[in-house]
Amino acid sequence: MSSTTERVDRKAKKREKIVRTALKLFAKQGFYTTTIPEIAGKIGMSVGNLYNYFSSKEILAQEIIREISAYLGSRIREVNDSDLHVREKIRRIVSIYFETARNEPEMIDFFLRVYLSNREVFHEGCEGMICVNEFVTEIMIFFDDGVANGELKNQDFFSAFGLFMGYLGGMVFLNGERILPRRLESYIDDISENIYNALKVP
Amino acid sequence: MRLLWLSALACNGNAHSLLNYPGFQEWQEDFHWLYHPLLPSRYTFPEIEKGIEGVEVLIVDGTLEEGLIKNRLPYRELLLRYGDQAERIVTVGTCATFGGIFAQGGGGRSGLHFEGDEHLKGYERFWEKTVSLPGCPVQPEVLAGTLSIIRRRDPLPLDTLHRPKYFYAYTIHDGCTRNEYFEYKIDEHHFGTLEGCMFYDHGCQGTFTHGSCNKILWNGVNSKTRAGTPCLGCTEPDFPREGLWRTPKHMGIPARMPLGVPRRAYLGLAGIAKAFRIERFTRPLMEDEGG
Repeated sequence: MSSTTERVDRKAKKREKIVRTALKLFAKQGFYTTTIPEIAGKIGMSVGNLYNYFSSKEILAQEIIREISAYLGSRIREVNDSDLHVREKIRRIVSIYFETARNEPEMIDFFLRVYLSNREVFHEGCEGMICVNEFVTEIMIFFDDGVANGELKNQDFFSAFGLFMGYLGGMVFLNGERILPRRLESYIDDISENIYNALKVP
Repeated sequence: MRLLWLSALACNGNAHSLLNYPGFQEWQEDFHWLYHPLLPSRYTFPEIEKGIEGVEVLIVDGTLEEGLIKNRLPYRELLLRYGDQAERIVTVGTCATFGGIFAQGGGGRSGLHFEGDEHLKGYERFWEKTVSLPGCPVQPEVLAGTLSIIRRRDPLPLDTLHRPKYFYAYTIHDGCTRNEYFEYKIDEHHFGTLEGCMFYDHGCQGTFTHGSCNKILWNGVNSKTRAGTPCLGCTEPDFPREGLWRTPKHMGIPARMPLGVPRRAYLGLAGIAKAFRIERFTRPLMEDEGG
């Protein structure tokens, strides 16, 4: 490996480390309480060097939401690319969301507690749904396929999107607040069935 | 060059379209009408039925119908006789090419080689020499231009449906004056106004319809989309589909994508474009800058 490739590789790894660390801190403490020196300190790098990677805390937060969206988008894309019946596809998407909430809780926490709560951080650079585009695109494709196959009711996109994603977000929030009496995964069947019943062709 | 024009079930729209060709007078000096339903011709129709010689280009107009008798003879007999005689056959308009509007009105109706997009075999021996000029009606420049190219024996590249690429390699979207609204997904359109793209709500098929309407303007001045009404997709095998003034959608997503554009790529781009609310596109174009 040439030294240039090594350097690029090292930089990419460092960048990833910053994103991971910041994600954890933001998700746990919130956007405003977390500081750049704190993130730098956790990784053991200088504040000045961190700014070489991300010129502001806002830009760092925007990169995080883009990565979360890309991650969830790629997982849902696998479901979209399969030949499963829409009922099973819904179950898979619900499972992916809840699995992510369990295995990578900071991703969903960041989404709910930073991205949705501190909108001012995302106004410039993440207009509209730009930073969650990959995720939203896959949900659109899921709906589009469902209607084209005659499995889902043809309705307004946001009515369906809100029902699906609002429901999942709400359950993860209740789980995070330790209000749910059972493990999140135990709700997968019921929730998937409810979503299917609400979206299917009557 | 000697031309024979045979109409089946037709509205004469293509014949009228040709009369609107701005250079018609000069153009027709190079051509002789052996028979045309509207123009001075060398023969009468009964003489055509009786049999003539010397047809170089047979122009087929209108929807074909099984068992159709034109005057005394079955139309098919005329087609076979003069199709064999002609060097080239031109199906003029969508009816003669794909079946078109008149094919909606009964069974056993089709174009010369197609019923919609299904390739028929009834006149297969003519396929190689046939040029398809769909359109409802055909654009005068497309018909006159194609015949001139045939007369000069210049190369005439065709697409898979045998439409000349010079006129049909483009989409109606090419040259549409509403392209900026399409790029930024602005669909606030009202019929007849200058603003807004009609792809999202108003049924415009310009992004997946082949033709030159926005490159060669009708009467030299206008096109459907420029005038504020959607492209109806009249050069395509599936014309006319139902509900021409609304866009079929699946949960708000257009059911048909622009030609060759993968859905994921389109949705990704659309999501980004929609996020920006660009002030200029929300104002009427003719509004006073001060007010």
